[in-house]
Amino acid sequence: MNTRKILYQFGYRRCADQDRPSPSRHPVIVVGAGPVGLCTAMDLAQRGIPVVLLDDADRIGEGSRGICYAKRTLEILDRLGVAGSCLEKGVTWKLGKVFQGDDQLYDFDLLPEDGHKMPAFINLQQYYLERALVERAAELPNLDIRWRNKVSDLKHRNDGVTLTIETPEGSYDLDADWVVAADGARSSLRGMLGLKFQGEVFEDRFLIADVKMKGDFPPERWFWFDPPFHDGRSALLHKQPDDVWRIDLQLGPDADAKAEQAPERVIPRLRQMLGHDAFTLEWVSVYTFQCRRLERFVHGRVIFAGDAAHQVSPFGARGANSGIQDAENLAWKLALVLKGEAPEGLIDTYDLERSAAADENIGHSTRSTDFIAPRSAQELRFRDATLALARHAPFAKRMVNSGRLSMPSTYETPLSTPDSDAWSGSARLGAPLPDVPMRDSSGQPIWLLEAVGGEETLIHVPNGATLPTGKRVLVIGKDLIDVEGLFAERFDTTSGSTYLVRPDQHLAARWRRATPPLIERASLRMKGFEGDYV
Amino acid sequence: MSALVTESRFSDPDRAYRALIEAHRGLSDEESAALNSSLVLILANHIGDQAVLQEALALAKQTMEQTQPASG
Repeated sequence: MNTRKILYQFGYRRCADQDRPSPSRHPVIVVGAGPVGLCTAMDLAQRGIPVVLLDDADRIGEGSRGICYAKRTLEILDRLGVAGSCLEKGVTWKLGKVFQGDDQLYDFDLLPEDGHKMPAFINLQQYYLERALVERAAELPNLDIRWRNKVSDLKHRNDGVTLTIETPEGSYDLDADWVVAADGARSSLRGMLGLKFQGEVFEDRFLIADVKMKGDFPPERWFWFDPPFHDGRSALLHKQPDDVWRIDLQLGPDADAKAEQAPERVIPRLRQMLGHDAFTLEWVSVYTFQCRRLERFVHGRVIFAGDAAHQVSPFGARGANSGIQDAENLAWKLALVLKGEAPEGLIDTYDLERSAAADENIGHSTRSTDFIAPRSAQELRFRDATLALARHAPFAKRMVNSGRLSMPSTYETPLSTPDSDAWSGSARLGAPLPDVPMRDSSGQPIWLLEAVGGEETLIHVPNGATLPTGKRVLVIGKDLIDVEGLFAERFDTTSGSTYLVRPDQHLAARWRRATPPLIERASLRMKGFEGDYV
Repeated sequence: MSALVTESRFSDPDRAYRALIEAHRGLSDEESAALNSSLVLILANHIGDQAVLQEALALAKQTMEQTQPASG
């Protein structure tokens, strides 16, 4: 890792827990104040759970790192109250182009459908996201962030965990019912538990350079195989805010990481790519990557999330995006368990659902890497044959893989009640609800996902019969007006259609004709009251 | 149940074999390897069935192992 300049500095502050004779007990301690830890802590706090968030540092460092945030992530950030500032600062994009040599092989549009609040993607330096999250976190009264609090020891107890924490003023102990380890790819909690982190290591080295310049490239993702300016390898160009451009150059397995980061080496490469040298270097890093995961994400009362649980290559923007989706999956479950509204077994469905998502992400990311960085002469022949065929045959175009960009997972999960009716439309059981522009009862525009928020919700299309009862019911035509008919289209409604939505906005059940017992059973099932998931 | 058909399907297998040979005639090993790569991709897509592809790969690997001289 490079030594990174400090962009934002937060202060260490002594807290009352450090002066107590015996450890205080907290329902949840989250370790790691990166995007995943912050989102987990904020989501829990917004659900009424007091949270302590520990971080071994006290700063946000330079280096844009994760830059692409996908639609589903933005929807989650919106619920957490930070999407607005991210959208305002970020570069919205949805178009990508893939080149071979000088020629464009094809282009793609990630969100060809209108009528969603969030765009397909924004690009934003990770430090801006982290700053927005920290600012919002500071507004939450039951979220206690403790900088320069480094976990040095972890002990399991029957009903929780004891952490030993080092601070600039010595160490103290804390008890927690649950610990969320969001302490990144080099997770020290993972090390303390002696857990294996296994998978595939890729040998190709890549150079990331963030370059500041006034460019007239559009806000699109441009990917080159064999570009004229970087012989025989691949390159990526992507716009970030502040006139910063992300450039990613494949260096091959034999590159010398240290030498390649030297400006005298980097600048000529970039000059060749950009055709001029009217740019300044913001940040340079050389990396290799791994696709690997923990076998299980839940170990007693310690739960791993984000890079601490699984690591992917950067192609496809699946690192931060999947981590934030871990956070949302975990937060509502942990909140219900802590409030005594769901059995502890619900936490095992976090492992089940997010393990499947991790495998999906690792699969995509591994296959992209295979295509971008072939490892033998024959792999290269297949890759080049695919690129050559792509100019003539549609099938080969679909095989060209410059990164399959992050999509939310559709959970095949015991929490869903299997469909007993036939459905079309874009809503899918186990997937996040498609967003829809609607009006509320006073005629004001509102997005479906805003209306649903983070609570278990029933959405019902009336048919004259008694309205269903549940914790929270949104009636179409009364609470939400489907002015454009898009709800009907995306949810394939008929009169009487009823939809049960999880607190993470994934669809848990749907019926053409719902009855109170059916709804009750599906609601219990959604909270883990039926079945054995281990 | 096998998805891959291994019974003979060409009415004139000799002509099909000949077509493959002719396509490679005059090519260097590297050019042949490139041609084969392209051909495999085209035919695999034409089959368009992951199960058939897996069985074909397995059969090809198995034959290769059997015909390789024992290392020593």
